[in-house]
Amino acid sequence: MSFTAGASYSAAIKRPIEPVGPYFLAHATRTLKGHSWSEYEQIEASKNVVNVEEKDSDEALFDESISDPELLSHDPRDWKTCDLYAALGLSKLRVNATPEQIVKAHRKAVLQHHPDKKSSAGGLDQDGFFKIIQKAYETLLDPSKRRQFDSVDEAADVTPPTGKFTVEEEFYSAWAPVFVAESRFSNKQPVPQLGDANSTKDEVDSFYKFWNNFDSWRSFEWLDEDVPDDTSNRDHKRYIEKKNNNSRKKKKNDDNKRLSDLVKKVQSDDPRIKKFKDEEKAEKARKKWEREAGSRKAEEEAKAKAEAEAKAKADVEAAAKAGKEDAKKAKEAAKNAKKKNKRAVRSAAKDNDYFGDASKAAAIDADIDLLIESFDDVLLGEIAAKLKGANADAAKVIFVEVAAKQTADKKVSSLTYFK
Amino acid sequence: MATIGIAFGNSTTSFATIKDGKVDVIANPDGERFISSALSYVDGDEYHGQQALAQLVRNPRSTIVNFRDFIGVPFTDINAENSKYAAHPVELNGKVAYEINGNKLSIEEIVKRHLKQIKNAAEDYLGQSIESVVITVPTNFTDIQKEDLIRISNDAGLKVKQLINEPASALLAHLSNKEQFLEDKLYVVADFGGIRSDAAVISVRGGIMTLLATEHSTKLGGQELDEALIDFFATDFTKKFKADAKKTEKSYSKLAAAAIITKKTLSNVQSASVSVDSLAEGFDYMSSINRLRFELVGRKIFSEMNQFIESLVHKAGLETLDIESVLLVGGTSNIPKVANTLSLIFPESTEIIAPAMDSKLPNPNELNCRGAAIQASLIAGFDYDEVKESLSPIVVNTEHISSPIGIKDVDGKFLTILPRETAYPIKKSISFETTTSNVEIQFFEGQRTIKETVLEVEKFSDDEDDEDEEEEAEIVKEVEYIPGTLLGKMVLDGVTSGSKVEVIVQINKDGKLHLTARSGSVVVKGEVSQSA
Repeated sequence: MSFTAGASYSAAIKRPIEPVGPYFLAHATRTLKGHSWSEYEQIEASKNVVNVEEKDSDEALFDESISDPELLSHDPRDWKTCDLYAALGLSKLRVNATPEQIVKAHRKAVLQHHPDKKSSAGGLDQDGFFKIIQKAYETLLDPSKRRQFDSVDEAADVTPPTGKFTVEEEFYSAWAPVFVAESRFSNKQPVPQLGDANSTKDEVDSFYKFWNNFDSWRSFEWLDEDVPDDTSNRDHKRYIEKKNNNSRKKKKNDDNKRLSDLVKKVQSDDPRIKKFKDEEKAEKARKKWEREAGSRKAEEEAKAKAEAEAKAKADVEAAAKAGKEDAKKAKEAAKNAKKKNKRAVRSAAKDNDYFGDASKAAAIDADIDLLIESFDDVLLGEIAAKLKGANADAAKVIFVEVAAKQTADKKVSSLTYFK
Repeated sequence: MATIGIAFGNSTTSFATIKDGKVDVIANPDGERFISSALSYVDGDEYHGQQALAQLVRNPRSTIVNFRDFIGVPFTDINAENSKYAAHPVELNGKVAYEINGNKLSIEEIVKRHLKQIKNAAEDYLGQSIESVVITVPTNFTDIQKEDLIRISNDAGLKVKQLINEPASALLAHLSNKEQFLEDKLYVVADFGGIRSDAAVISVRGGIMTLLATEHSTKLGGQELDEALIDFFATDFTKKFKADAKKTEKSYSKLAAAAIITKKTLSNVQSASVSVDSLAEGFDYMSSINRLRFELVGRKIFSEMNQFIESLVHKAGLETLDIESVLLVGGTSNIPKVANTLSLIFPESTEIIAPAMDSKLPNPNELNCRGAAIQASLIAGFDYDEVKESLSPIVVNTEHISSPIGIKDVDGKFLTILPRETAYPIKKSISFETTTSNVEIQFFEGQRTIKETVLEVEKFSDDEDDEDEEEEAEIVKEVEYIPGTLLGKMVLDGVTSGSKVEVIVQINKDGKLHLTARSGSVVVKGEVSQSA
């Protein structure tokens, strides 16, 4: 594996080349864009691939064979009642078939169904289907005739679903194809489609706005009764024409009504509309809530204040009540204590056997009663405490002392025993 | 919006467009596909095409013909010979003009009116307005003439996107028709028109055309044949009626019109009649002529055509042996004798492309406008600036290799990969099967030699009374390239016999020659530089 270089090759000559032809353009592109050969080859190669794919894409959309075998035996005189798209093998494309595709499909159909081919295969003069193919081709290539046919092309219609849907998704999947099919009649393109649960409110609104004002090109000339072309009976001809006109108008009105009913039904069933209404309500409430936020706060404050005041008042009242009760209780306790003290004081003499002077018991008791009468509550308590546990002598001393003090204070007089 | 290609000739103008991928040569409302480049002004009416040409008999001074070559040329430089029997050119501001009914009409005005007629005819036919045009011009049109033509055409409402050379246009039409772009060949494009002849040697390499030489003659063309035929008929007329048919302009024009029709008829049939009422001095002329007689009458002109082509080939530094194809263009190329005489100066291997050789070919007179239409549709996607940019010298002026490059094959012969005059950058590959293992590939520059083969004359054994006529052995010459300078040698190891070897030769923009040989996974590369 080696390369041995020899001499260099002869010098080149500079000449102008002729600026014509596809290869010159390729050369110019290469030179101006600075592509090298291999880059250029790559670009060209990728272009070719696209071309091939484009070529194949049409073929795949055509029917493999005649979709409806009845067509083959259809009376060519009644060709208007045929499915013209199916005759050309375009039953999948229908209204979406481009004129180029129609030409292509026609060529394919002719190659297959030409009477020459059929008769050579043993059949007799069965050129009925071929006549239908030719009629279909003529009709579908003429834009106005094609519209007439498309208007009444039942095979392209989608039957609207009936009944209600419990699952929301089912509603969309059932109705969407209906609107796709109806879209073909719209003068305005593109046509807004049904969408799904995630569609925005604007989308849904514009969808219903569009469909409620649907501008349809659908017309019903195709179903006209044949107008006799002989000139023999002009009146009859006019009569038929008038009848056709009226029937077209009627059908058109019926169709408009059908579509508007359809849209109304969908609109009333649309779960999104309900959803949007609920959302709207919630939103409204929220807005109102926000709008009233200021006044509500003031109210709250006032309420809190009132509550606080009420509470304070209650507290005060409760405290007062409690105080009163306490006082009452204290009073009672004091009363009880007084009673107890009085009893203790009164019984002090008796308990100490009247200090040995039992004969003078009546006088002592009368004096003690007088003394007790003269005591205030405090003194009574003190005396009662002093007397508690005191023996007879000590008790006598306590009585004498207190009698002397009370007498001195002129709180008691006429004591007989403790003078 | 449509684009058309126009072939604007001195005698006829034709125009074509591309319809559904096919070239359609458009006819004017009179049904003419080759519209006579003639204008006539009679009684305030303008006549165009064949109608104008018919006025030559009655109103020769107000009928303008053969004016294309006067565009952009000073009055002093023109040859008015071809306007002898029509309106005479006069001077106006140093340029050519015609005096019609006392008014001087400049050449520019005439061309503009002619192109307007073409535009109307094209728009009527296509039913849409013309967006841009490509017009063909002879290779010796000067820059001033080209500028003038572009300006006049733009004034006439036909926006010129590109002017292309007539021979290149014709060859483009031929190659597109045959889909032969990638066959590397040397062509002679011979355009025999009405009042002039042009020829060019063009090399086609990888679809790119290069002009190697051009030749022009204003003394050679259909008109010379017409005159020879007129002379012949006039002599015959004099013999029959003792009257001179060429004495008055009117009788001359009458005879000329009849002779032209007869000439055209003879291209298709073996004999044709000519009939002129009251040709001269009240005598009616009626005669017939067969093709052989016509060829004899025009013998001198046919041999001049051969000389014309031979001198062209020599101008290119070649011999007729080098030419692989001859493409005949122009109205006069319809004459079978033109193709027949030309085949005599070229070797048998050279293909003569003319209707006389292959009746399926398009009319040679259409080739120029067909090529222009093809070019117009090719550049339709580009705007004016892009087209202008692609015509800049940096794109157009290209290096061409001067000797062929190839390899030596098994028999020791030179196998051309890149023929001479190939413009680079280029990449080309060939592949073959090896008969040996461990292949050695030798790259050579080819050297031109002439191989002479002597064809033995067959002896007729039954022809006993053979006279003493020594039948000369015929010598057939052909150009052969033999291995010359060795450029490099490659050895591919480990390649088994019978496997495929691909040899790629590539010359880059910088002139470097890259050689590659590949077989399976074995790849050898080499580089050779160009000598200064």
